[in-house]
Amino acid sequence: MSHEGGMNLTLKVWKQKNSKTEGHLETYPVSDISPDMSFLEMFDVLNEKLISTGKEPIAFDHDCREGICGMCSMHINGRPHGPKGGITTCQLHMRSFKDGDTIVVEPWRAAAFPVVKDLVVDRSSFDRIIAAGGYVSVNTGNAKDANNILIPKTDADDAFNAAACIGCGACVAACKNASAMLFVSAKISQLSLLPQGQIERTSRAENMIAVMDEEGFGNCTNTGACEAECPKEISLENIARMNREFFSAKVLANKK
Amino acid sequence: MSSKLNSKIPAGPIEQKWSEYKGHCKLVNPANKRSLEIIVVGSGLAGASAASSLAEMGYKVKVFCFQDSPRRAHSIAAQGGINAAKNYQNDGDSVYRLFYDTIKGGDYRAREGNVHRLAEVSGNIIDQCVAQGVPFAREYGGTLSNRSFGGTQVQRTFYAAGQTGQQLLLGAYSALQRQVGMGAVTLCARHEMLDVVMIDGKARGIIARDLISGKLESHFGHAVLLCTGGYGNVFYLSTNAMGSNVTAAWKAHRRGAFMANPCYTQIHPTCIPVSGDHQSKLTLMSESLRNDGRIWVPKKEGDTRAGNTIPEDERDYYLERRYPAFGNLVPRDVASRAAKERCDAGFGVGKSKLAVFLDFAAAFERYGKVEANKKGMHSPSKEEIIALGKDVVKEKYGNLFDMYKQITGENPYEVPMRIYPAVHYTMGGLWVDYNLMTTIPGLYALGEANFSDHGANRLGASALMQGLADGYFVIPYTIGEYLADEIRTKAIPTDHPAFAEAEKNVQDTIDKFFSIKGTKSVDHFHKRLGKIMWDKCGMARNAKGLTEAIGEIQQLRKEFWSDLRVTGDANEFNPELEKAGRVADFIELGELMCKDALHRNESCGGHFREEYQEDGGEAKRNDEEFKYVAAWEFKGVSDWELNKEELNYENIKIAARNYK
Repeated sequence: MSHEGGMNLTLKVWKQKNSKTEGHLETYPVSDISPDMSFLEMFDVLNEKLISTGKEPIAFDHDCREGICGMCSMHINGRPHGPKGGITTCQLHMRSFKDGDTIVVEPWRAAAFPVVKDLVVDRSSFDRIIAAGGYVSVNTGNAKDANNILIPKTDADDAFNAAACIGCGACVAACKNASAMLFVSAKISQLSLLPQGQIERTSRAENMIAVMDEEGFGNCTNTGACEAECPKEISLENIARMNREFFSAKVLANKK
Repeated sequence: MSSKLNSKIPAGPIEQKWSEYKGHCKLVNPANKRSLEIIVVGSGLAGASAASSLAEMGYKVKVFCFQDSPRRAHSIAAQGGINAAKNYQNDGDSVYRLFYDTIKGGDYRAREGNVHRLAEVSGNIIDQCVAQGVPFAREYGGTLSNRSFGGTQVQRTFYAAGQTGQQLLLGAYSALQRQVGMGAVTLCARHEMLDVVMIDGKARGIIARDLISGKLESHFGHAVLLCTGGYGNVFYLSTNAMGSNVTAAWKAHRRGAFMANPCYTQIHPTCIPVSGDHQSKLTLMSESLRNDGRIWVPKKEGDTRAGNTIPEDERDYYLERRYPAFGNLVPRDVASRAAKERCDAGFGVGKSKLAVFLDFAAAFERYGKVEANKKGMHSPSKEEIIALGKDVVKEKYGNLFDMYKQITGENPYEVPMRIYPAVHYTMGGLWVDYNLMTTIPGLYALGEANFSDHGANRLGASALMQGLADGYFVIPYTIGEYLADEIRTKAIPTDHPAFAEAEKNVQDTIDKFFSIKGTKSVDHFHKRLGKIMWDKCGMARNAKGLTEAIGEIQQLRKEFWSDLRVTGDANEFNPELEKAGRVADFIELGELMCKDALHRNESCGGHFREEYQEDGGEAKRNDEEFKYVAAWEFKGVSDWELNKEELNYENIKIAARNYK
């Protein structure tokens, strides 16, 4: 890349050896950063430099680098996935910053997401919530012809929009209560909007919400930060839908 | 055929092989299934679907993935769709046509038996996924929607916007997590498999490293399934995820599993071009865009005008010109080579001149007119039509357009996209028989990790189909053939000497990485390997370049093992150590790929040898000498023995591929 337009930046990055030790912010200058680089490529450059001087690189989660796997998870200048809306950290490019900027990078902060190392956190709580009911119980081989289930296009589209969640955890990181309601509600909504999800609708809502609480996520106080920071722009409507599912499950349970 | 290879294709007419097989294969009764343990490595479409299906059947399953969750596997990034011979569009599709298109698309280098089975189960996959709640795109009447992909003349591709892989994987992941919740599957996330454990000639487990604590662990299994994806990252720059690697497959190869057709690499024609040296990966723009986008370059050499200012009659729609029958929907290998040909001839666009245009202007207008009619608008203005058309395109491909804009900073709704081919998929992989078993008894390979279904070139939307076919509908039957004879094998304790030997082997390698204390990072070596591979074993290859590449890779391996620097230590979360292991394996694989490409004196599918081409530049196959699967047996570093599996075409007449 050409050297003209290269930016010089100051990074303040969270360093923490493991979940048992305390962490701190460490300052790293980086220079000659191309605006065409992605934010993670800027970290690659910094890490290469650290390795070449015998220092330990910064650990961060990343994999697909195209905004779909949900692995990258940086809290940049106080915002999950950085200053731009509707994208993940890996899709953030350095053209969104100015020469001379200081950028603070921290891991997701939530009791249910303990730090593994530096910017890497443990999000296995999300897997346990899905294991509690985020599925349709249909064994392989039980399905009838796909077009036997007709689904209105609008319902299919709404279900898809909820299903677009990538499970990155930005909603939790953005929430002052570290609530996972947007994540959980996206899955509950997807399945409650579709005919395939009707049979287990009540148990699903109850079981997933019970595990969500056990894992130590906070409650929702309707501030909407989750929706604002979600890289897939998952709608707050899903939380309303989940609450309805949960209340009707409770009402039905009382009737029994 | 080599005496070491038995493909075990059932006898009988092609359309009855699989049903006959299912009617007679060995079964394991439910009580015995409970005491049989299966290890599944990888949690993508193949791994998650296999693990959930096998657990549903009653087997004890352990799943390993290096990511923090099984939902992150790179299947998640597949965009365009999944093929199935449903014929919902009433356009003449059938199991036979999907079978035929796949064999032809693979340039007559795939097995008939496997491919026919794939086509047969394709419809069941869609049924299963819909039953799970996968939100496929639908028509207003509530039925499923389809689109076209390359190498076919029917519409058989099911999709969920440009996120089909995500939705299918989340379906399989849900099924997997359901089994995890019920205790039928033990999940080991952030674990990397680093060796296969062999006892009495059979695969009996794996050594895995817990990536958080750094601890090595031994795990027993009556059978081991490798569902670990492809090895495109050998090129450093590819559309694969950063962590995608060959290590599990390569360790199996070193233990005796043959590697088949490693040189068959798919270079995908529509990716966002490289922008600079800092680039860490390449991003695909789905093949589905070729449904509606038209590919062109300026007719004038070295034309630097902006794409949208070049008049219609000064554009060369070279795919439509060269291949009128399939046009922009020729298979990927053909489209990639055609793009390279135009750029090499000096007609490329953009700063680097290594790009062609993918243009949606015509689609905006076409869709806009339909929408205007639907809305009953009389004589709408051109602007109104274009705006309506953009909305339709946005609904179909919105996420792809957004992604393009993020990466390039250009708005593809206003200016044509610039695209160039990039490494995307590897057709080669571990050799497997009809049961999906490798040459190691008890060791299976599913999905992209095996070689079996795509020949020398995979058609678009067929990877998702194969991954799920293998996992949901093939392995649940074929694994019984092996496990039915294992019901008397008790679980082997992991203090068995074979586990200790394998664990020591892994530990020695890790110790060696730290002991080198050299000066260069892992990425340094990975980038150099990638450059050798792309320059000399990429879209076009020749004997001279390949011979040079082999020497250069051997030299690179020496430097790697004498000048590598791995920071940190082994008993902690250490991504540099993980990468070191993966790149060490990529270096060995790279040499084998070049060796395979050098020995195959023909051009077929994704393997294009410059010495073997027709006058018009089309690939020139040599069926007399090369109508076989090249299965390489590891004998030692830089030392392989070639085994051949002859391919027999009893149902399809083998011919020159013609998309004109």
